[in-house]
Amino acid sequence: MSTLTIDKAGPSRKVKYGSMSRDRAWALRWSYFFLVLFAIFFLTPPIYMLITSLKSSAEISAATNPWWVFHPTLSNYVELLTSNQFLRFFWNSSIISITVVIITMLISIPAAFALARMKFWGSATLATGVFLTYLIPDSLLFIPLFKMLGVIQDLTGITLLNRWYVLLFIYPTLTVPFCTWIMIGYFASIPKELDEAALIDGASWLQTLTRIFIPVALPGLIAATIFAFTVSWAQFLYPLVFTTSVDQLVLPVGITTTLIKGDVFNWGQIMTGALLGAAPPLIIYAFLMDYYIAGLTAGATKG
Amino acid sequence: MADVVVEQGRLARAAGARKGSGLRNALGRKSTVAFFLTLPLILLIALLVLYPAFYSLYLATLNKAMTKFVGLSNFTFLFKRETFWMVVKQSCIFAITAVIFKALIGFIVAHFVHNIPGKKQRKWRGMLLVPWVIPPAMSTLAWLWLFDPSYSAFNYTLSFFGVGPIPWLGDTFWARFSVILVNVWYGAPFFLIMYLAALKSVPDQLYEAAAIDGANWWQRIWYVTLPMMRNIIAITTLFSLIVTFANFDIVRILTSGGPLDTTHLFATWAFQVGIQSSDIPLGACVSLFMVPILAVAAVFILRDVTKRGNEA
Repeated sequence: MSTLTIDKAGPSRKVKYGSMSRDRAWALRWSYFFLVLFAIFFLTPPIYMLITSLKSSAEISAATNPWWVFHPTLSNYVELLTSNQFLRFFWNSSIISITVVIITMLISIPAAFALARMKFWGSATLATGVFLTYLIPDSLLFIPLFKMLGVIQDLTGITLLNRWYVLLFIYPTLTVPFCTWIMIGYFASIPKELDEAALIDGASWLQTLTRIFIPVALPGLIAATIFAFTVSWAQFLYPLVFTTSVDQLVLPVGITTTLIKGDVFNWGQIMTGALLGAAPPLIIYAFLMDYYIAGLTAGATKG
Repeated sequence: MADVVVEQGRLARAAGARKGSGLRNALGRKSTVAFFLTLPLILLIALLVLYPAFYSLYLATLNKAMTKFVGLSNFTFLFKRETFWMVVKQSCIFAITAVIFKALIGFIVAHFVHNIPGKKQRKWRGMLLVPWVIPPAMSTLAWLWLFDPSYSAFNYTLSFFGVGPIPWLGDTFWARFSVILVNVWYGAPFFLIMYLAALKSVPDQLYEAAAIDGANWWQRIWYVTLPMMRNIIAITTLFSLIVTFANFDIVRILTSGGPLDTTHLFATWAFQVGIQSSDIPLGACVSLFMVPILAVAAVFILRDVTKRGNEA
């Protein structure tokens, strides 16, 4: 666009145009240069995880260049993937994260629908309250929740502490507010004519939700699902506080507490475990990056 | 709550009366449906967030054995302890420094990504967001290994530049530096993605107008980009301030508060006092000190969010 106007203006401007494009080219080169630097900074730890996971413990403690694998071996992977403990952690993490995602969706989709479309007494306050809940961190609630679980356990005789299933009730406090919040945004962006037409045609509220809102807002739902999964998969504080027995641990806690024995760090296995623990979110993200980013930006900026 | 629901339902009832009456009608009433749809959410927030929040206020007033009400003596006890003031100081240093660096790096990198042609942006964006996707407990383990005193990959690399071995986690200054570095590494991609989204929403015409007026690169950022992004910068920064201030994973895994408690944050110290030394009331008391700062940030965020809601 600007090329046209500048070209018409005569030779003196042409020089300016040339210098501008040269500036652009340089800006582009500098951009790439700095992007490479930042990419190195951002990717060093995960790459180093991979490098270490391919080394034997003899090579790890040798005084060779730590940034290179001289004798690659898969023994760390074989050892971890055949050990019962690690599989147990992985299984616990998977079952918890998947169940939490389902619970989260069952709670937040109807709630977001009601808050976005059915104006009722207190709906605005409740929507704001949901957002505020999202801002209450886990590190504020873990002590009262720990005590509460203990009290309930004493009163009812149901074992809650040191059981993985208690996390199924606790994690939704982290995922539901956020997912509800972003879905309110998505639902609110659906044109009113769509559901009004459905209501006139005699659809009930629930039918409107399942036949119109859920299909139309599917990208938002996927974003929320990914989010709920990553949050539950990564949660560290609650399982650290509420579970202690080896068979009840989830991945992040399991790796940090069982693979580090006293002062002995078996780095090859720790890094392999960390990499395998990071894999599910990374794989999901590799395929569904755009949804993840949409969820991220919608959650914090959209009203 | 219930009578209000009934009151609200009156209108709907008047409209629905024509079609017939009975249970089906009552269930079809908009406010009743809305109430049942939001009920699980309300229960969850009330029982597992609000109740514990107030319960921790109550816990903070008990003695260690939790048998006796001791009023505010837990708080006065904390005020007399040197460690407490160190935690306050470290939490502030940690949160403020980390957020500033995250915001700066995010802003700068967002510009670089924005500069390159559209098709290649996706690839770079994907690579640069990786730290944010890896569970922090896992990536912090990688950092712990990079900082390892005897086999540290960092010290090995630095030795080529003639820089002596750095006690990354053993010395107060370096330990503080390290936890902040890891937090910046983990959190900068979040700013990057938010700022990138904001940059894309700035209309190109504004830059063209500025270029015609002869604005240089710095003026374009100062007078066009920053004002247009002000809202998102503010909200992202405040949000990140809350999360950073309440951070637990990184410090817990990297230093566990050491050396000599100098890297403790409120969360990690509360964990040590409340769970590890099983003094639950004192731990509750420590974590409650996060509330004022969280509340101030939340008020500002909320103001921004409601303003945004009204504009839409």
